[in-house]
Amino acid sequence: MSEKNRQGITRRDFIVQGTVATAGLAAASILVPAPFAIGAQAKVKVGILLPYTGTYAKLGTNIRNAMMMRFAEAGNMLGGRPIEFVDIDSEAKPAKAQQLTEKLIKRENVDFLVGPVHSVVGMAMVKMARGAGPITVIPNAGADQLTGVLCAPNVFRTSFSSYQMGYPGGPAMIEDGHKRVVLMYWNYGFGKQVAAAFKKSFVPAGGTIVKEIPTPFPKVDFQAYLTELAALKPDAVYTFYAGGGAVKFVKDFAAAGLKDSIKLYGAGFLTEGLGAAQGDAAEGVRTILHYADSLENPVNQRFRTAFKAATGSDADVYAVQGYDAGELILHGMNAVKGDTGARAEMIRAMETAEIDSPRGKLRFSASHNPIHDIYLREVVKGENRVVRVAAKAQDDPATGCSM
Amino acid sequence: MSALIRSMPLLAALLALVLFPQFGSEYYVGLLTRIIIIALFALSLDLLIGYTGLVSFGHAAFYGIGGYALAIAFQDASVIPLWQALPLSLAAAAFAALVIGWISIRTSGIYFIMITLAMAQMFFYFFFESPRYGGDDGIFLFLKPVLMVGSEDILKLDQENNFYYFALSCLVSSYLLLVMILRAPFGKVIKAIKANEHRVRALGYSTSGYKLVSFVIAGTLAGLAGFLEGAHSGYVNPSYMSWHESGVCIAMVILGGMGTLYGPIVGAFIIVLLQNFLPELTEHWQLLLGGIVIAVVLFLPRGATSLYPRICDLIRRSRRGEREPQETADD
Amino acid sequence: MELSFYLVQLLNAVQYGFLLFLVASGLTLLFGIMGIINLAHGSFYMVGAYLAYWLTDLTGSFWLAILLGLPIALMVGYLVERFAISFLYQRDHLYQVLLTFALILVFNELQQILWGTDVHGVVIPEILAGSIPLTDNQSYPIYRLFISAACIAIACGMYWVIQKTRLGMMIRAGASNREMVQALGIDVNRLFAFVFSLGVALAAFAGMLAAPVDSVYPGMGENVLIISFVVVVIGGTGSIKGTFVGAMLIGLVSTFGKVLLPEMASIMVYALMAVILLWRPHGLFGRAA
Repeated sequence: MSEKNRQGITRRDFIVQGTVATAGLAAASILVPAPFAIGAQAKVKVGILLPYTGTYAKLGTNIRNAMMMRFAEAGNMLGGRPIEFVDIDSEAKPAKAQQLTEKLIKRENVDFLVGPVHSVVGMAMVKMARGAGPITVIPNAGADQLTGVLCAPNVFRTSFSSYQMGYPGGPAMIEDGHKRVVLMYWNYGFGKQVAAAFKKSFVPAGGTIVKEIPTPFPKVDFQAYLTELAALKPDAVYTFYAGGGAVKFVKDFAAAGLKDSIKLYGAGFLTEGLGAAQGDAAEGVRTILHYADSLENPVNQRFRTAFKAATGSDADVYAVQGYDAGELILHGMNAVKGDTGARAEMIRAMETAEIDSPRGKLRFSASHNPIHDIYLREVVKGENRVVRVAAKAQDDPATGCSM
Repeated sequence: MSALIRSMPLLAALLALVLFPQFGSEYYVGLLTRIIIIALFALSLDLLIGYTGLVSFGHAAFYGIGGYALAIAFQDASVIPLWQALPLSLAAAAFAALVIGWISIRTSGIYFIMITLAMAQMFFYFFFESPRYGGDDGIFLFLKPVLMVGSEDILKLDQENNFYYFALSCLVSSYLLLVMILRAPFGKVIKAIKANEHRVRALGYSTSGYKLVSFVIAGTLAGLAGFLEGAHSGYVNPSYMSWHESGVCIAMVILGGMGTLYGPIVGAFIIVLLQNFLPELTEHWQLLLGGIVIAVVLFLPRGATSLYPRICDLIRRSRRGEREPQETADD
Repeated sequence: MELSFYLVQLLNAVQYGFLLFLVASGLTLLFGIMGIINLAHGSFYMVGAYLAYWLTDLTGSFWLAILLGLPIALMVGYLVERFAISFLYQRDHLYQVLLTFALILVFNELQQILWGTDVHGVVIPEILAGSIPLTDNQSYPIYRLFISAACIAIACGMYWVIQKTRLGMMIRAGASNREMVQALGIDVNRLFAFVFSLGVALAAFAGMLAAPVDSVYPGMGENVLIISFVVVVIGGTGSIKGTFVGAMLIGLVSTFGKVLLPEMASIMVYALMAVILLWRPHGLFGRAA
């Protein structure tokens, strides 16, 4: 049963449990006590376009819940104005992205647009929003183009670019002593970008790509590829898989007995939030990500406890990105004291923001992409533990961005 | 009942559509444009399912090809001349329909359903995995097609209202084209094929030729819809061709009422509007959508539009003091 | 690459074929023999996987989960047949396509309401947890052998029931001429309800068996749906032998396609299906209706 069925007691609980905003908030306006109905202050409209059905549903839910938790911590006020959410299920379907974005921008006239998870949905969304559209905060989608070719003053990202996901992997593996590496990844836009960025740092550092094995997305029949991998006998394999595919890959890899002879590495999604599903098979797998559950900073500790209390589930990197999206919007709105008309000023405040994120220090590049530390992590007893910082203040080249 | 009364709602609907941009906001005009485009897509499928008896489960392939032809040819162009782009899209879709149709019509029944699905899947994966045509990221178009007369673009499709009327005129002309085709001897033959192919063949007709022509016409019109969608949204990606799109298209045809030309249009309105507004009611809106579709399949097999003549009949009978005849078994 | 590489790939191909047959077995019964197009097949597979996860979690035993899960799956199948499918036997295939398409939406939402959106895994039961060394660095999990054995058992069982028993005779007769069988005094309604439930239970069973080697996640059913249809159509409907051959063929083409022509891997199975239907419009072992 989902956490939504529990009876919420605290306000935070209640806010986070609000289901689709129109339903949840209609109720909220009745139940939330008087101080929130501040005078005639117009509400700030925050449009959310995240997947709540299908493979990415968990990601969307965590992002939304964490963001709403951040707002709730600030008393559900943005620069002194109450918030109204317009929450739409993107279904992670590129075909519908445009229609849904249009709904948020043109019909709902939202002040802020938050989303999505899926890169291709992100491209359709950003294409519409950039320029004159609402201030847009991307809490996950990683396509390089979003803060590259498609970059715009009103578009921010609190997650990562594929480049940042792949590039730090090369030196990290060299440092671990793996020079002959096979690349395996889901053959779609994001997977290809991660692999390309990995190569860009790995080969000049003296590494050899023994072979590149792109596998069809989102298929999970890895057996034939694993046999090929075994025959190639590399030192290690660098992978990009996520969600159900990541669980299957890690399990198949272990079941094929390859763990002893080939070291498994990957972009962080390979093991992120999947500990329970992967079990022992994931032990010793090393991944690269801008977050780890066990990061020992006070913000992270507090965040994890609060998120668990509010939603009943453990925080993961997606929740962190949602939380920071909330933080960034708060930061901008507080800087202009709720005056959404002061757009340039708000954008300036947002791009210069320095956020104490659960992931550590977070700044933004000229193209509005995050600059953050990237960690090398290893799964120990089902937990992603930090081995070391793989790249300090990792930036993104923002190829094609003119801003 | 006179033909005039029967076609009254149709004319009224057309009038409403023509007048809509005068009242609707830009968002709703855009939404309606999208519905009109999808209605055209559903209409083209109805020629196959509703009139020729060919249940194609891969119709989205042509929709996608229409869009992709436009995007591939003009992604880097500084101007998109309509008189080049539109024929190109139509020709690409027609050619694909010719090839797929030629292969598929050799089979029948469930095999036809499955082979059209397989063909569409091949196109889907081709575009999904081909790096040359944008892969799963798809292709963006930053310009709208123009129709230059002298030095002036007479369509100005970059304005939402103009695109709306352009799409609407495409839908209306396709509708009229299909009316003509179905009234012609050709139309009579394909309807006969649907009713009883053996008998038509026994009469000396080459049924596969007729089926192929019907398939190509339907594919070309789907290509037109794909062209419009690509031009309107400025974005094509492989999900245009996914089997989901084909499935939803079938749903629209049946929901509205197959075998009538207005049915699929009504079906497109119903489905797109449901998809648009149900999520505002509940997070689990797909449950509702699924439930509604199931209910229609079970209780309204001839689609939503079959309600209108029933209601008309009911009114007429009640005026004459007759009782409604018992509904006979499903057809 | 040396010979052993291709031998291991051959093993992978056969194994994949077995898995495909397992997944398609329920479909053969419904689509191949009863002629019902059931797009919700993948959803039933997903229901099975979630039942395996949920009941294993609850009872602590994978075997107990299967034992408890199968009656639930039968019940789900029975309800779906009684309240939806049974109205469509006399109608065009089109309505089945649409109704079961809607069922996918319904089951996806129900799954989400009941079990949430997390990705889950099921631990392989202890006695099947080991593996056998194949080459110097690759080994073969015993559980996969177990799946193959289960698949062969199902194939033989289905073949025997459909071809050799009275029940099978009634099913085949009922599918080809419903009125005639009815006239002979057989309760076709009950027969079809039973067979449909069985088909659903088989799909769910496949999901349960696959759960420990796969992962359990929302929308997982759609990954197996289309490929299952391809398997059944290639083999020719109405033939369990055909489905088996179809599964093996797809296993081979898909596995060696991945190795030899990786860029074409996804297209290959559909191309194979098109070629086979061009050559034999009713599939390899199908007969003209």
